[in-house]
Amino acid sequence: MSLKDIKKEFPIFNNKIQNNDLVYLDSANSSQKPQVVVDRIYDFYTKEFSNVGRSIHYLAVAATNLYENTRTLVQKYINAKDKNEIVFTKGATEAINLVANTFGQKYLKEGDEILLTELEHHSNYVPWHYLRKSKGVKIKFAEMDENGDVTLETIEKNITDKTKIIAITHLSNVTGAILPVKEITKLAHSKNIPVLIDGCQGAPHLKLDMQDLDCDFYAISCHKMYGPTGLGILYAKKKWLEELPPYQGGGGMIREVKKEGITFGELPNKYEAGTMATAQVIAFGESIKFINKIGIDNIEKHERELTVYGEEVLRKNNSVKLIGNPKNKGSVLSFTLDGVHPHDIATILDEDGVAIRAGHHCCQILHEKLGLSATARASLGVYNTKEDLDQLNESLNKCKKIFS
Amino acid sequence: MDLKELYQEIILDHGKNPRNIGKFENFNKDAEGYNPLCGDKVHIYLKLNENKEIEDISFEGHGCAISMASASIMTELMKDKKNPEVKEILNDFLDMIKQSPELKSQLIKEDEKTKLMSLSGVKQYPMRVKCATIAWHALASAMNYKKDENNSEKFI
Repeated sequence: MSLKDIKKEFPIFNNKIQNNDLVYLDSANSSQKPQVVVDRIYDFYTKEFSNVGRSIHYLAVAATNLYENTRTLVQKYINAKDKNEIVFTKGATEAINLVANTFGQKYLKEGDEILLTELEHHSNYVPWHYLRKSKGVKIKFAEMDENGDVTLETIEKNITDKTKIIAITHLSNVTGAILPVKEITKLAHSKNIPVLIDGCQGAPHLKLDMQDLDCDFYAISCHKMYGPTGLGILYAKKKWLEELPPYQGGGGMIREVKKEGITFGELPNKYEAGTMATAQVIAFGESIKFINKIGIDNIEKHERELTVYGEEVLRKNNSVKLIGNPKNKGSVLSFTLDGVHPHDIATILDEDGVAIRAGHHCCQILHEKLGLSATARASLGVYNTKEDLDQLNESLNKCKKIFS
Repeated sequence: MDLKELYQEIILDHGKNPRNIGKFENFNKDAEGYNPLCGDKVHIYLKLNENKEIEDISFEGHGCAISMASASIMTELMKDKKNPEVKEILNDFLDMIKQSPELKSQLIKEDEKTKLMSLSGVKQYPMRVKCATIAWHALASAMNYKKDENNSEKFI
């Protein structure tokens, strides 16, 4: 599949948004969906629907196979060793809550330390915060430098003999910094500390190889990966999924239930209580196939070229200040515009069909460090073009004019 | 909806040069309004005398043109207003921003109505309504107004 005509694969671009062609620059928030994914949801509900993993009638067996096929597709896509290391959740948020909750319950005690970074999205801070109260643990934040980066050295400096887990983003949704996650994992493992990686921004844009990366946990948000909402993935090494206690209780996750006691099911059922987001899981298989057809290497290259181009264009605009200049940068362009609040920028850009995000992007710790209450952010996906970034710049000039 | 309706001259003027900005010394009531969506903050300071009259009012904060303009226009309007009037104007403004096509209160003069109505453009932008009301909600908490149990949009 060629990147040249990729917009055609996404039906949303066939429609005018308030009489404008859509310039969608909010993929770090959520990506648009290709036709194949939308069709898969429709087809599943109209022709193939059944709950999975329970009944043994024809539809149930077929649906179970489809559901499990996606697990295998994900396993191969991220090169996990075992298919049972893939757990479906309701989102990356739930994936991180699952680890924080079960790992915290089993291994953490008063005085233990959890190491995060100042770059973290609220979803990789708030779940750990509960352990402050329930377990009396301390949360440390590895500092972001002036480039919006967190280096291996800063992580090392913050590790103590009380550090029990390190939870870090793969790719910052504000500064775009790609952290040296493999090196951090190696360092952490040399001190027997497990590592969780928040891969919400990493997974849609970077080639993943869990066996090479060697991290203990990796959280994925499917709706940012051209997939449906309501679905996330927790990759976890099998030994953790076996050792950790179950997260939620309910149907599907048990082996035997008696009045006197309960035994729990095998992996991956142990962590998939209740009826899962079946249609979403099955449709997500199409998202993976879609990415594979283009090739993640091609996506990376395309987005890197666009990011460099976008930075060039915005740097030439004297009123724009780019936020973050990390060594390795993903396709996120955060910025401020002299004299115009990000919310006003977003509303004015919207008038031209340019969709960006404005605010703290769920990273208040990071914005406090920057001394800003809000920034504007243009984030890219596979469907973006240089013309989109030119339109962004043109609309920013319109903002300047209104506020001049 | 035209952007020009949202960013009218009056909004841009108050947004860029807000009136009554900065904490003053002898305030005796204050409260902060906060928009969790964007992190914007507006802190209201009041000097309320024994007659429950707002002798002085100011605000501090950071935010978009809409929230700053709204705070600026609100402080201008509320200066020297007495308690029951303050509540009536506040409820009338909130009602107008959310649903009513016009301001109904007789307590608001025509030129003041024009200023307040310049904020009505946010009706077309539901995500921006909070920007226009943040200062007004902060005023309500500084005045210790409680929400009506039967109508959470109204202060009693």
